[in-house]
Amino acid sequence: MQFGLSESQEFLKDSARKFFAGECPSSEMRRLMETDTAYDAVLWSKLTEQGYTGIIFPEEYGGVGLGKVELMLLMEESGRALLPGPFFSTVVLAGSVLDSVANPVHKMQYLAPICRGSARATVAILEANANWNLRDIQMSATDGKLTGEKLFVSDASVADFLLVVARNGVFAVHSKAHGLKISPMLGMDLTRKLYAVEFHDTPAEKIASGKELTRAFDIATASLAAELVGGMQRTLDITVEYAKTRKQFGKPIGMFQAVQHQCADMYLETESSRSAVYYAGWALEENAPDAATAVSIAKMYASDVARTVGNRGIQIHGGMGFTWENDVQLYYRRAKASETAFGDATFHRERIASMVIDSAGVSAKSA
Amino acid sequence: MDLNLTADELAFRDELRAWLASNVPKDWDEWREKPMEESFPYLRAWQRKLQEGRWAAASWPKEYGGRSATLMQQAIFWEEMARVEAPPMANSLGLGLIGPTIIAYGTEAQKKRYIPKILSAEEIWCQGFSEPNAGSDLAGLQTEARLDGDHYLVNGQKVWTSYGWVGDWCELVVRTDATAAKHKGLTVLLVDMRSPGVEVRPLRQMTGESEFNELFFRDVRVPAENILGKVNDGWNVAVSTLMYERGSYGARLHLIFKRYITRLIELARTTQRDGRPASEDPIIRQKLAQCAAEIEIMRFNQMRAFSRITATGVPGPEGSIQKIFWSELNQRLQQIAQEILGSFGQLMAGDARAIDNGLWSYAYLRTRGNTIEAGTSEVQRNIIGHFVLGLPRSY
Repeated sequence: MQFGLSESQEFLKDSARKFFAGECPSSEMRRLMETDTAYDAVLWSKLTEQGYTGIIFPEEYGGVGLGKVELMLLMEESGRALLPGPFFSTVVLAGSVLDSVANPVHKMQYLAPICRGSARATVAILEANANWNLRDIQMSATDGKLTGEKLFVSDASVADFLLVVARNGVFAVHSKAHGLKISPMLGMDLTRKLYAVEFHDTPAEKIASGKELTRAFDIATASLAAELVGGMQRTLDITVEYAKTRKQFGKPIGMFQAVQHQCADMYLETESSRSAVYYAGWALEENAPDAATAVSIAKMYASDVARTVGNRGIQIHGGMGFTWENDVQLYYRRAKASETAFGDATFHRERIASMVIDSAGVSAKSA
Repeated sequence: MDLNLTADELAFRDELRAWLASNVPKDWDEWREKPMEESFPYLRAWQRKLQEGRWAAASWPKEYGGRSATLMQQAIFWEEMARVEAPPMANSLGLGLIGPTIIAYGTEAQKKRYIPKILSAEEIWCQGFSEPNAGSDLAGLQTEARLDGDHYLVNGQKVWTSYGWVGDWCELVVRTDATAAKHKGLTVLLVDMRSPGVEVRPLRQMTGESEFNELFFRDVRVPAENILGKVNDGWNVAVSTLMYERGSYGARLHLIFKRYITRLIELARTTQRDGRPASEDPIIRQKLAQCAAEIEIMRFNQMRAFSRITATGVPGPEGSIQKIFWSELNQRLQQIAQEILGSFGQLMAGDARAIDNGLWSYAYLRTRGNTIEAGTSEVQRNIIGHFVLGLPRSY
């Protein structure tokens, strides 16, 4: 058993970190978040050159064919850089949905352009009740057309196509399609823009009949948790650096246990989230029987502690932590958005409960 | 990253499983609840049996009677022992902490003298570290040893000594140079607990039982050859023992906690609350799920730590994360147990209505000690702050 990264995994993580530090430093991230879309075509082509847009997809569609652990590492590093724009929406979310439910023709049509870097995409899921339980979805396609409204659709304005989750299947909608109206929702996270998307008799191509999206959504959910780990790590690094240099009462504030112990807790929370995320990545890759539970454990834990890590980071910075110019607040905003996306901690605890408590008769014996 | 067991690990596990299947005692349940004074001969016999199969100290080097087991194999060992609900071994401190320290620091003569009897449970060991005025600040300890010819004369008091009542020998940390800086004047002595002047008293703890002892030393004569390591180098020797303490415990916790949560889920399904089983109460479900998740995360952290130690060869600060994590988790777990059991949660062993013969009321009280023993949570956070994050020393 080896729960450390392999050499090639270390290499991927390291090169991703260097790539984001070079191509998307804090100044660039801040420039992009102030734009309407947070999307930058030049940065996108560089992400493509790295192979990131096809990271987990089969080579026959132009992907790189790496595993879910590798995806977790990439998302951890992109989260650490607070990478703005539609990478998560396009690659992780739309890409995984296509990879798991589309037929080969549709994969060639929709997934291959994502891998090549020539298409941006997103998935429209939530409706007015904003419930992540897919049972509550009301929208339904009639005669190949969609009518209704989807909310909290990430990066919709730069998407070349949208995948729409409806009661009777998953549908692809072209961004220029008739009756499609995309308007911004002003979310807290400025690096990942949210939109309301209206459909009025909008032509939609059926990609899959059912809503068998559990696996794709589990990959997306674990990826969000991985991003949160990167964000927590960056918040911890910035905060510890500050605690070492900021002096009050003639001493670095990190010398005071009230401060130091909060930093220790940030470390414990970050490392524990990382363990949970890596395990989830491995379980997804191996199709382990506990993969879904592992994903919920990672998302549940990371959602809660990303908030507390942020709370502590801001508090330790004192007045500086409350300023616009401090990056910690930007990670804090992302953490809140990612906390609710794909189910918050409460949602995932109930999912864990349904898997652990409601089948306890079985696990009691195997424990 | 590959979480499947390797061929070596599988072979180790299968050999152990087969051995346990035919050797683990079937009557442990009859002994489990008895006071340790009564069950101790039973535990000695079990350890001897394990050692006949060369399993008592799998982590030790082969030449000293172990199997040179890797960390992963050690983890497998404790998991398998927990899986079959094997009894503990009588000489757990000797095997887990003190034996490895003697192997690392002892002379050939000392190894020859002490190691075989640790393995056979013929001589039980205890640890004389903490003092009434030296807990977290262990290096401030005051028990003194003065050289008097070829003997040391030991005077002082130790506290929180596990197995003190049955100990034949003690790994005792003493001050041999009162003028040196506090870490530099310490020495470790191997002390025969039957020496004149040694007095052992039970220490009654908040659970009502006496797991620990107080030790008193009055002009106890200890041969100078019983120094472990070098004179005034006792801090390093003691720290090495403490490292074994933090490293060895984590592996067996996962299954212990898993057993707790599994039982709690059963109890939640049979306890009625507002006309339905507690397991259907959304709040109870949330809390149980949180606990079940954290128990898994504890295991993931442990596996990552083992892999890192295996790769780098050094036990790092992971031990401090684990210590904080499991001790605080156990306290939350017991609180949830209390919430599920309601009024019955408080009933102690001996009350006919006590759930699981008072296991939960006992555990609720006992877990308060978890965040104190083997390094308080505060000390662990100091360790992370200073040694991991590089923050200035706070004390």
